[in-house]
Order: sequence, then structure tokens, then C-alpha cells
Amino acid sequence: MTIHTLPASSGTKALAGREEAPIILTLAVENMRCGGCIRSVERAAISVAGVRSARANLAAKRVSVAVETGRASEADVIAALSRAGFAAAPMQDTSQHTESSREFALLRRVAVAGFAAMNIMLLSVSVWSGRAGDMDQSLITLFCWLSALIALPTVVYAGQPFYASALSALKGRRLNMDVPISLAIILATGMSLYQTVVGSEQVYFDAAVSLLFFLLIGRYLDEHLRVRARGEAQNLLSLQSGIASLIGEGGSLRPIPAHVLVPGDKVLIGAGERVPADALVLSGSGDIDQSLITGETIPIAVAPGAQIYAGTLNLGSALTVEVTAADSATLLAEIGRLMAAAEQGKARYRRLADRAAQIYAPAVHGLGAATFLGWLIVGAPWQTALTYAIAVLIITCPCALALAVPAVQIAAASRLFRQGIVIKAADGLERVAEADMVVFDKTGTLTLGRPELVNDAAISDEVLESAARLAAASKHPYAQAVVAAARNRQIAVGAPEGVEEIPGRGLVRILPCGEERLGSAEWCGIAPGRGGASEVWYARHWRAPVRFCFADALRSDAAAVVQELKRRGHPIALLSGDRTAAVEQAARASGITTWQSELTPARKIDWLAECAKQGRKVLMVGDGLNDAPALAAAHASLSPASAADISQRAADFVFQGERLAPVLEVFSTAKRARNLSLQNFGVAFCYNVVAVPFAMAGYVTPLIAAIVMSTSSILVTLNATRLAGMRKS
Amino acid sequence: MTALAWLIPAALFLGGLGLVAFLWALRSGQFEDLEGAAYRALEDDPPEDRAGTQSNSHPE
Repeated sequence: MTIHTLPASSGTKALAGREEAPIILTLAVENMRCGGCIRSVERAAISVAGVRSARANLAAKRVSVAVETGRASEADVIAALSRAGFAAAPMQDTSQHTESSREFALLRRVAVAGFAAMNIMLLSVSVWSGRAGDMDQSLITLFCWLSALIALPTVVYAGQPFYASALSALKGRRLNMDVPISLAIILATGMSLYQTVVGSEQVYFDAAVSLLFFLLIGRYLDEHLRVRARGEAQNLLSLQSGIASLIGEGGSLRPIPAHVLVPGDKVLIGAGERVPADALVLSGSGDIDQSLITGETIPIAVAPGAQIYAGTLNLGSALTVEVTAADSATLLAEIGRLMAAAEQGKARYRRLADRAAQIYAPAVHGLGAATFLGWLIVGAPWQTALTYAIAVLIITCPCALALAVPAVQIAAASRLFRQGIVIKAADGLERVAEADMVVFDKTGTLTLGRPELVNDAAISDEVLESAARLAAASKHPYAQAVVAAARNRQIAVGAPEGVEEIPGRGLVRILPCGEERLGSAEWCGIAPGRGGASEVWYARHWRAPVRFCFADALRSDAAAVVQELKRRGHPIALLSGDRTAAVEQAARASGITTWQSELTPARKIDWLAECAKQGRKVLMVGDGLNDAPALAAAHASLSPASAADISQRAADFVFQGERLAPVLEVFSTAKRARNLSLQNFGVAFCYNVVAVPFAMAGYVTPLIAAIVMSTSSILVTLNATRLAGMRKS
Repeated sequence: MTALAWLIPAALFLGGLGLVAFLWALRSGQFEDLEGAAYRALEDDPPEDRAGTQSNSHPE
């Protein structure tokens, strides 16, 4: 445990009696991955004057910072962390605290049930072996009473999550898995108490409590996955919103979290920064890359008075903008309406275990009731009939569903977490496993959303070198692509001197022998209208100008991933809002034959609806704002970590890195998890087929019930852990 | 058989001790960060740096 000590100054202040309760800030920290990072993050946070203590949480990727009121702000801590190399953002929603405390409450019940189960089992084993040997009847009675003493409070306390869920299901006139579970536990405990009073052998305290223990473990794993998935989702959202440079009075700049911006705020957007909120340009001009919003890769020019949207990228020089309120006529509002409609239209997915419960619960109740009535008709006393019915309920305990399915899900989730894939929807894995068709977006998904020089071969080393020297002075993506191309050819790009950047036009440098220019066709003195917009020219007044063409670069393994998906027999489609020529080129390069271009978000949804009508379950992979409704409408969805925040919110999974391979990994892990779950159902079914007839016939003693139940639970859990050993796809 | 009169309470007491220890650990935030704790054990900070740990894990 580490705590970094306070800076000396704040320590003396505290001594002087100015002790005030610190405020606890919780920040999401993006790239905290190792033990060394914990230390660097805490060091960086504590170095800010006014910070009392800092504690990083590696599992949650967050840091809690205790700050003295008024002496340091969120922004100071974030700035210090960013100097240390960590991207941090304040948590927007602190409901996580109550969620993780609910998770711990469940863990407390697991602990109590575990303690009780072990001690009762200890007593039960003595009773069972004592009955076979020469144990005193009075001692057996004592042991049974001791078991009752431990079991009763445990059943009352630890079983509450099941009773509450069963009650709410019954109130809604439904049956869920918790109804037979609650019935089995309560009836078994009550009946065992009665049998203990009359001194009979049919005492099931051990079975009731260990049933509770196993089921609580399953419930805890399920809740753990849910809380973790939601926590990761909140981290992503907080980090997405980013930091804006607020222009204060007198022109001073102050970094503030983007989500606290209000209409009327004036913000400075530097070159290469994302626009933090919908805004009106006040001064400055340049190019805005809207690819995240529309899928369109060609930047648009903006001038004072133009409306720009959150999530777009400023390619030109710094812009001063005024934040505007969200306008119901904007694209963003339209996307919001489409998303709401898509989410409503999509039937709520019913999880595998719930669907199994729909068949299982009535079957269990039927068998129990049949046993009870059957024995009554044959003429057995009601106590015997009820005891046999309880044995049936215990034997049919749904451990395979309630324990094994969460165990498989947790194993699958931690496998994906380790590879930088975040699960945002707890039922996402099950839905991906069902998908049979994959639909990609182009810009930012199949491609990196970043231009690459395509006519490399037509440019000589000498020209590329001098162009790159000029380009190194700019942050414009085309200029950076030129520099990258030069580096690819092992050309060292020196530091440029005297280069001037004219926003929206290009770069210029005056040399003794004349000037050289890199930029748009007009800028280089070429008649407009020749060629497309994704190009720049390099002109030296003494030579003919040279053209540099750019295209959005495919992710390095895009073609391989498409190939592999095809091999597995999944139809693949490409839906994009970009121009036909660009989409066709990307489709051909990645090997996709079905593609659509210039689609509006609404048309994308229509396309997916058409697929759904044909019985296809679509896995949508997309990143842009224009994909968000489609991500929400698809059966399952993935988006890269570079996506627009609204898209990440809609997607079931978010993957990191520059490769597309996580799509395959999610697919195969999900399918494997589904197979393991089905196998577990099979194991459970076989057990029941063999054991239920014995239970109905009254041959199951408490000893046999305990053995059968524990072995089936352990077997399905062991089967679930096989997922961890699976080879990487 | 009289040995049972104190063996059983002793067994229950020891088991209960384990349970109480676990519940205490849960309350005091020992399970908040299972991944980070593994790395923290490897850090060698001067002992005086450890002073504030408690106040930190209990912000309330």
C-alpha cells in the first residue's frame, strides 16, 4: 500500500489549524496498465499543490484524488497527469459507487452462505457416517439441531436476492428461475426443521445451504461482469468528452472538461484538436474533417459564421468559437431521434439462461407437484410425499444455468479485457455468438480514418524529401502523410526553417533561388478543377508542379480479417456515407463484394432492417456518428476506441488498437462461450434424466442429494474454465 | 463424547473468525483493486510514506 506524502507547505497549513474536509475527485485514467503506472499516476497527482492524497485503482482504471477546497481544481490534476503521459477525465456519473457496493453486498452473502455450508456439511457427514455406525441417537438429534441453528439465519439472510427476484416475478405473473430456487430452499429448510422436531432421517439442511452457496457464487459472477462492463463504459464516455480550452476574460486560457461547457462559452480549438461542442466560428478559418460525423473523408472549409459540430477535427490553424445550444435541426439531433427509434424497435434480447428458465421452471414445478400428488394417491403420509417432492426440487437445482453460464461469461470477458476489448453490454457476448453476417463501415473502421500517400511510385526521392521538409511544419493530415511517406523511404526529415502556413491553402518557404509551395491546386498556381480534392501539389517556381494523391489507409489486417470471416462463411457488407469512388476502392482493396455508398444514417438502418427481414442477424462494426443508429439497430455491434462517443455508447463492444483482428477474437470467443454454455446445459440435462426418476421414486437420501448436486455443479464450473485455455484466434 | 461439547463450539468459533476476517477485509476496501494490489506489494517505499493509507482508503 502506498501513499505519497503531502507537499511540505500543505502539511504546515494543516498544523496551523486550517484543516478542512477534502473533496474526493474521481478521474478515469485511460492508459494506466501496469504496476509502474499506478506509482506514476499517484506521483503526478500528488505533485499538484492542494492535493492531499491520491490513490489509483488499476482494475477500475481510475484514480481518487483528495483535494483541499479551493486550492486545486479538477483541471489542475488532469493537466499534471497529462504532463506525466496519462489521459485523464473526470467521471461524469458516480452511480458506480452504489453499484460496486451492491456487488460487495452479494459477496458478503456468498461468504456467509459458504461458512454455513461448510459447517453444516461437517455436521452432516458425522450424522451420515454415524447412522451407518454406532452413533448415539441423542447425539444425532443434537447435530441436527446445531445444523438448524446455523441454517435458519443463513437461509433468511443469504437467500434474499432470490426471494426478492422470485416475488417480483410472481407479482408480474411470470415464472423465472428464482421461483423454483426459492421454493426449494424455503421448503427444504422448513421441512428439515419439521423432520428434526419429529426426529426423522430426512434432514436436508446441508443440501439447502450448499445450493444457496453455489447459486450465490453464480449470481455474484454475473453481477461482477455487469458492474465491470458498466464501469468500463463510463470510463470510455468520460475520456471521450475530453478537455476544452475555455477563453476567459482578458483572453486567458483555462482547460475545462468539455461536458461542462454551456452555450455562450468561448473556446479556442487548436490545430489538430477535436471540436468539443457544437459551436459557431467567431474568428479564424481553415479546414474541418467531418469524417467522424458523416463518413466523408474530404475536409470542408469553414470561415467566421460557420456552424461546426462536436466530434469534428480542426485541420487548419486555431479557431475561436462560441458554443451553441444543441439545435433540433442539426444532424446530431436527427441521429438522436433515429437512435431512439432503433432502440425501441429492437425487441429486448432474452438471454440464453432466461430462455432456458422459461422451459425449465415449469418442468421443475410440474415434476415436484407430480411427485407430491403421486405419493399421496399411492397412500403415503403427506410428510413423506412432501419430502420426496423436496428431494426432486433439490436434485433439479438449476446450477448449470445459474452458476455455469455466469462462469463461462466471466472467463470470456476477462479474456477479451486482456486483449483491450471492452464489453459494454452484459448480454453482448451471447448476441455476437448468434450473429451470422458482418457489416462494416468504411471511414475509421475498415480504414484508419487517416490519409496515406497513394501515388508514391510517381514521386522521386528528391521531390519527396524537399516536400517532406516543408510538410514537417504542419499538423494537417495530408502534410503528416507526406512526412510519413518520406520516413518510409528512410529519408531523414530535417527541422524546417522559415516555413509559413496559410490556413486552408498550404505552406510556403522563401528560398534564395525563389519560393516553394505545398498545398491546394490554387495555392500552387494550377487552374482549379483538375483532379479531386484528396490531393496536394508541390510547386517550385523553377520546376513543373508535382501532384501528391491521398487515400484513406486501410487497417493493416483489414483484408486478412475479411478473408477469414468469409472462410468462416459469414456474408460481409460495406455500408458507407462516403463517395462512391472512395468506397469502391476500399471495398476492392479489402475484398468485400457487397457495398453501398453515400448512405444516410436512416438508409443504413433500412438496409439492416432488410437483412433482419431475411432472417439475418447482423454484427455491425462502425465508428462514425452516422453509424450510431445502425449500431443500436444491429443484433450486436462493435466500435473502435477512436469512434465518436455516441457510437461507443451504442456499441456492445469497444476495441483498442490499429488492427481489426479484435472483430475475429470477439466472434470466436463468443461462439466458444456459447458452445460451452450449451455443453453445460447438456451435462445438467443428463444428470437430471438419471437422477430425477430416483428422486421421484423416493430413493434419494440427503446424502445422495448432496453428492449429486455438488458433483454436477463442480463439473459444469470446470467445463466453463476451459475457455481460459483456448488458443488465440 | 464430552470432548464434543467443546470441540464443536471451537470449530464454529474458528470458522466464524475466518468469516469475520473476510467481512472486515471486504468493508475496509481490500477487494477494491485486485490487480493493482499485486503490483503494490512489489513497491519499496520508505516506511513513513505508508502513514496515510487508512485515511485514504476510507474517504468518508
